[in-house]
Formats: sequence, C-alpha cells, structure tokens
Amino acid sequence: MSHSTALPAAPDSFDFLVREEHHVANGTLLGFWLYLMSDCLIFAALFATYSVLSQSYAGGPTGAELFDLPLVALNTSFLLFSSITYGFAMLQMQQGKLKGTMIWLAITGVFGAAFLGLELFEFYHLIHEGAGPQRSAYWSAFFTLVGTHGLHVTFGIIWLATLLIQLRKHGITVANRRRLFCLSMFWHFLDVVWIGVFTIVYLMGSMS
Amino acid sequence: MSEQFELSKLIFGRLSWDSIPLHDPILLATFIVVVIGGGAIVGALTYYNVWGYLWREWITSIDHKRIGVMYMILGIVMLLRGFADAIMMRIHQAMAFGDATGYLPPHHYDQIFTAHGVIMIFFVAMPFVVGLMNYIVPLQIGARDVAFPFLNNLSFWMTAAGAGLVMASLFIGEFAKSGWLAYPPLTGILQSPGVGVDYYIWSLQIAGVGTLLSGINFVVTIVKMRAPGMTMMKMPVFVWTALCTNILIVAAFPVLTAVMTLLSLDRYLGMNFFTNDLGGNAMMYVNLIWIWGHPEVYILILPIFGVFSEIVSTYSGKRLFGYSSMVYATLVITILSYLVWLHHFFTMGSGATVNSFFGITTMIISIPTGAKIFNWLFTMYRGRIVFDVPMLWTVGFMITFVVGGMTGVLLAVPPADFVLHNSLFLIAHFHNVIIGGVVFGTFAAITYWYPKVTGYKLDPFWGKASFWCWFIGFYLAFMPLYLLGFMGVTRRMSHFDDPSIQIWFQIALGGAILIGIGIACFLIQLYVSYKKRDSLRDETGDPWNGRTLEWSTSSPPPQYNFAFTPRVYDNDAWWQMKANGFVRPSTGFMPIHMPKNTAAGIVVAGISAVFGFAMIWHMWLLGGLSFAALLIAIIVHTFNYKRDYYIPVEEVEKVEAEFEAKRNEVLA
Repeated sequence: MSHSTALPAAPDSFDFLVREEHHVANGTLLGFWLYLMSDCLIFAALFATYSVLSQSYAGGPTGAELFDLPLVALNTSFLLFSSITYGFAMLQMQQGKLKGTMIWLAITGVFGAAFLGLELFEFYHLIHEGAGPQRSAYWSAFFTLVGTHGLHVTFGIIWLATLLIQLRKHGITVANRRRLFCLSMFWHFLDVVWIGVFTIVYLMGSMS
Repeated sequence: MSEQFELSKLIFGRLSWDSIPLHDPILLATFIVVVIGGGAIVGALTYYNVWGYLWREWITSIDHKRIGVMYMILGIVMLLRGFADAIMMRIHQAMAFGDATGYLPPHHYDQIFTAHGVIMIFFVAMPFVVGLMNYIVPLQIGARDVAFPFLNNLSFWMTAAGAGLVMASLFIGEFAKSGWLAYPPLTGILQSPGVGVDYYIWSLQIAGVGTLLSGINFVVTIVKMRAPGMTMMKMPVFVWTALCTNILIVAAFPVLTAVMTLLSLDRYLGMNFFTNDLGGNAMMYVNLIWIWGHPEVYILILPIFGVFSEIVSTYSGKRLFGYSSMVYATLVITILSYLVWLHHFFTMGSGATVNSFFGITTMIISIPTGAKIFNWLFTMYRGRIVFDVPMLWTVGFMITFVVGGMTGVLLAVPPADFVLHNSLFLIAHFHNVIIGGVVFGTFAAITYWYPKVTGYKLDPFWGKASFWCWFIGFYLAFMPLYLLGFMGVTRRMSHFDDPSIQIWFQIALGGAILIGIGIACFLIQLYVSYKKRDSLRDETGDPWNGRTLEWSTSSPPPQYNFAFTPRVYDNDAWWQMKANGFVRPSTGFMPIHMPKNTAAGIVVAGISAVFGFAMIWHMWLLGGLSFAALLIAIIVHTFNYKRDYYIPVEEVEKVEAEFEAKRNEVLA
C-alpha cells in the first residue's frame, strides 16, 4: 500500500478514502492452510487416542505380532514417490505446460491408488487374522487412525481426478493454478501425516 | 415375506410408525401447534408471493449482512425452543416433591435437559455470536464482504441443517437422554440403543462443519481484508475478539469432530474406544470433549466482550480505556482457554498435582477478565454516559458477570469442587456467566446495531421492560440454585424427597417465568418498533454518534458496504473522519466487483441433513445415495467458474445519491 500511515495536517475527505479500485489479496491459500491445520488437529486427537490405547489389546493380538514392515515400507515409498511426482506436476505448471502437468498428476494419482490398494490388502489381512477393529480398543484406534488417513487419500484422488477434467476444460488459468496449489498442500500434508503414522504406529508398534 | 422385510429395513431402517410419539399428549399438542403455526407462515408467504424474493435475496444470498441476519433469526427461533425446554424443567422440578411425580416421565425429562443444553449452546449462542460477527466484522474493517462468501452461505445452512435435525427429533423418534455432552459409556450402544444419541451426534457433526468453515472464513477475512492503514493495533476491539474467537473455533472444533466420530464408530461399527470392556477408556472421551468444550465457552464470550467494549465507548462518548491491555487480555484468555479443560472433571481422580495445575490456570484466567472489567469501568469514568438500552444491558452484564466469575474461581479450587461438582451450584455458575454474559451481550448488540441493519431504532420502552425482566428474572431463577447447590442438591434430578427445599424451586420457577416475560417483551419490541418505524427511522447511518467504520455507511448499508474503501489512521476511524469534517464525495464512483449468489450452499446443506437423517435411522440405502449426491453436488459446484459480476457505476451513483439526499434532509 503506497499511502503514508500518518494523517496529513489538514486532511480533506479524500485522504480518508481509496479512490482507485481497492484490490484485496486473495486469501484462498491462507484459508487452505488454516483448514489443513484444523485437519491436523483431527489427526492429533486420533494420535493421542491411539497412544492412550496403545497397550489396550484386551488379550488379543498386538501390533508387533501382525505388522508386516516390508509391506508397509513399500507402501510408504509409494506415498513418498507420489509427493515427488506431484512436485514435478507443479514444476510443469510453473512452465505453463498443460500436458506435462496432467501426466505427472495422473502418475501421482496412480501412486496414490497403489498406496490405497496395499493398505486395503493389509486391512483385509489383519481382519482375517482376527485383528479387526472390534477386537480391542487398540485395533479400534489403529483402524481409525490409519483408515482416516486412507480416507483422506481417497478424497485426494477424487479431487485430483476432478482437477484433471477441469484442467482439460480450462487449461492453466489463475483459478486452476490456485486449485493445484491447494491440492499440492493437501497431498504433501497427507505425506507428513503418514510419516507420523509410519513412525508411531508401525515402527514404535513393532518395537513394543 | 422376509425378503420384503429386508427391503423395507434397507429403505426405512429403524423408522416405523411407532417412532412418531402420538401417545405423548405434550408432544402431540406441540406438534399440532407447530403444524398450524408453520402452515400459517407458509400460507402467508405464499399468499404474499414472497417465495421468489426469499430465494433470490436471502436463501441463496452470499451477502454477509443477509447471512448475519439469518443467523440471528435462527438464534431467536431456537431460543424460543430452548426456553420452552427450560420452563418445562422448572415447572416439573417445582412440582415433583414427595408423592408428586411431576408431569414429565423421567425419560422425557432427561431428553428435555439434554435438548435444552445442546440447543442453547449450539443453536442459540453460536448463531447469535456468528451472526453478529458476520454482520459487523466486514463493516468494521472496511471490507465489501468476507473472504469466502459462498462458504459463508454454506456455513449458515449447515448450522440450520443441524438445528433442523434437533427439531426433527422432537416429533420423529427421540433426543439423547444423556446430558448435553453425551458422556459414554451411557451413550454407548448398549446403554443407549435408541436414536437419541445419533440425533445428537449427527446434528453436531453437520453444524460443526458449518462452524469450522466460518471460523476459517473470518480469520482470513480479518487477516487479509482490512482497509488500508488498519494495522492490527488499529482494529476495533470487536474485530480483535472476533479474530481470537475464530482462531479458537479453528483450533477447537476439529477435536469435537474427532471425538464425535469416535463415539459414532463405537455405536455404528462396534468399536471399543469408550466401552467398558475390550480395553475401552471412557475417560478419553471426557478429556477430548472438554478440550473442545472449554475453548467453546470462550468462543461464545470473547465476541461479547468486544460488543461491550464498542458499546461502553460509544455511550460514554469516550475512546475506550486501555485499548492495548484489552487486546492483550483477549489474547491471554485465548491461550489460557486451552490449559484449563481438566477443571470440568477434577473428581475424575487425576491426582493432586494435575488438579493443582488446572486449578491454578483456571484462577489465572480471572486476571485478564478482571482487567477488562476495569477497562470498561474506567471508560465510563468521567464520561458523558447515555443510559440507552444497550448501556443498561452493559451495566447489568458487568454486575452479573462479576458474580458469575467469582463463583467460577470458587469452583476452580479443587477441594471446593469436590463438594460442589455436579451440584446445582455449578448450574447456577454457568448460567450466571452465559446469561449474564452471552445473552445480555447479544441483546445489547441487537439493540445497538439494529438501526444499522434495518434503518430504524428499536423502541426503548419495550427494550427496558425486556431488560428488567431478564435482569431480575435471572437473579430470581438462579440465586436459589446457588443455595441449593451448597445444600448438596445435584443437577438433572427429576424428583426430590425433601419437601423443605421445594420453596427454592418455586422461587426459581418464578424467575424463569419473569425471563419468559422478558423474551416476550423483546418480541413485542420487534413488532412495536416495526409498526413505529417511521418515527424511529435513522437516515444518517450514525444514530448513536458512533466511532467505528460501520457507522460511516448508510443504514441499512448498500450491498457493497462502501462506495470507496476507507483509509484508516486511528482506532476510532469514523470518529476521526467526523472530527476532520469528512464530506462524502458525490462523484468519481467506480463499478464494484461482487460475488454472485448461489444455491449450492442450501443444496449441499440439505443433502447433508438428509444424509444425517438416514444415518440416524440406519437407512443404509438412502444414506449411501445421499452421500454420493453430496459428493456430486460439491464437485458440480467446483465446475462453476463464473462466480462474480460488476455493479455498474450508474447504480452505485444512484444508491449513494439517494442516501446523501435523505441524510441531508434529516440534518437540515
């Protein structure tokens, strides 16, 4: 803003007004950050619940007995790679390359779907072993925490598919750039949360 | 036969004709009144052919002013329902002694106290506070609207959808019988197999989404959209308190969402978070819900502190005393409100160390709050105080709130709390701060800003009548409860054995009736003022000689709020403009960029309500379909790229010239 903050000595009415059109900064990215932080608090509550219930096996199986760490490591790599490919999509967008953006986005979506597929396989396996969400408070907390993350990835993929159609329709416009930025933040955020899940649920869970 | 049965289960879930409480005369009578009243309103709207107008100008409106008014109307309607619950409880408790059992069966009485708490907090106090912020914040910061106007509309309709579900529970099924925070294991599926708790969960989840979105919306609005020159320390105090409240919303409501989800997973999928067996831990729930619940108290009261700050300084004709201490006090309260939640369950047995910590943090909160009280007093000191109705509410608040604050400090002492926990003393305490604070503040705010919203002032006679009824009624209704609490009477009782305490309940009933008259006076006030609107009209836009920017525009403000964005140099921006002989320009207008109305908000919220209803009644087919519809509706909305338009410069010129002409006519 190019006006001085001090009131002139003998102000006239126009010193109190902006005569040209006043452009307000777009707040979408800040708003989306706030949303992510609120989402982060949902995960915080779920992490806290998981921690409190982390020994409540009720005589049932423990995580250490059933986790298949190599499988989870592979799954983790899928998600981490998907963050890298999303980064590539953003680089293409910055250069104004629509096709490249869309290809990298699609690859990101495939990685996300692979992650989800493996997660569902893991869930199926656990339930088959008698460690379903009803078995004990521990498994309730496990499925809820990991499942909430998985649901977020699912919505991320739906959003990504929607955005692909919108990109095809309108190209890299201001609105679409903003949307790509928001989804980018969302996607990386899910990665960060997953690192927490991997560490606290799987690594620490395998040790206890 | 059995296949047919399965199909009807899939479609109707648990819902059957037995769920409609035709056997209960009280509910049946209420239902008939609602149907007749609702039918009359719908008929009148159709007769006067205003549906199209309502749809275009209100329901789909994304104008923050319209949305603010709709929030206030929702709050008033729900206040009537919440008060009806209150008076029913008071009558019942005044009767149910010894051999008399009162007129409400226990299962009905339990629903009433639960609904009363839920409605008053979520669907009365919250809409009032959010509605005030909606109307006033953009005007005070010199903005044309909020940061996300569509989300604002969606927030309102989500809140209304939640309220709708609570109201539906009155006639279809039942409401929770568990108290307003629905502690498990009582609310687990074993102990509460009915739909009551599910109504509770889904109405709060749906309304909660609305509240969270509006929290984000206002933080961004206040951070990004202030008029040039309005630095943080030049924001009006109401804007500051609104900012802190919305930060609290963003930081607290996700925890409510999470804990409600965990409870529903226990109920719907047989999980074991809060169950008595298989490792569940019900105290987790109590902790989590209060991590949301305590900040919620401050979410409600902070903007009201802002309201009183505006009113005190306007009616004392003085700059607010101690602006920066007011701001810092608000910030300290914001932070401390996260460090006190355990004082709601000292008796849980966390040990002396933990209890001491939370007891001390709770007591510390009274310091910034006390600072605020002194700031208001010093603002009044040597001011030319005009005792209009808003000022009556303000002084009434200052007296009442100090009493409530002191009983709060009393409860913050863990050993005292062990005696008073869950007693009527607690009930008296929180009504003391919520009625003395939030309700008095809302009425003060309504009276203060009413001319801005409608263009005419409220009739002072009925306003004073309403104030005195509320003020005296409050003391009559709740001082006996303090006494009873000291005697050890616990809350939520539907029957008493000891006839010697009946008199106190009868006095409390008298107080509740007086409060009811106060509400009636308020409604009469609205009607009388509308009838007398020509003599109460305000053409200047500034009927109280105000200090902040909302008074610089016409009453009611044009759709675009300000033809020119104001430049700000001082906390009391409008006061300074007036002091420097500000004259409104009559030329040089520009076309104004505005967002378009949309029906997406009410569509999404409507589908959410259907989804919630389907989940409550286990109608899995409808639930699946409505969830898919919800996703599709949101995705379709994102395909709408044409969301704005320009108000042509001729229209701006015309509106501004009309305002100026009327204003000059009055001033001449």
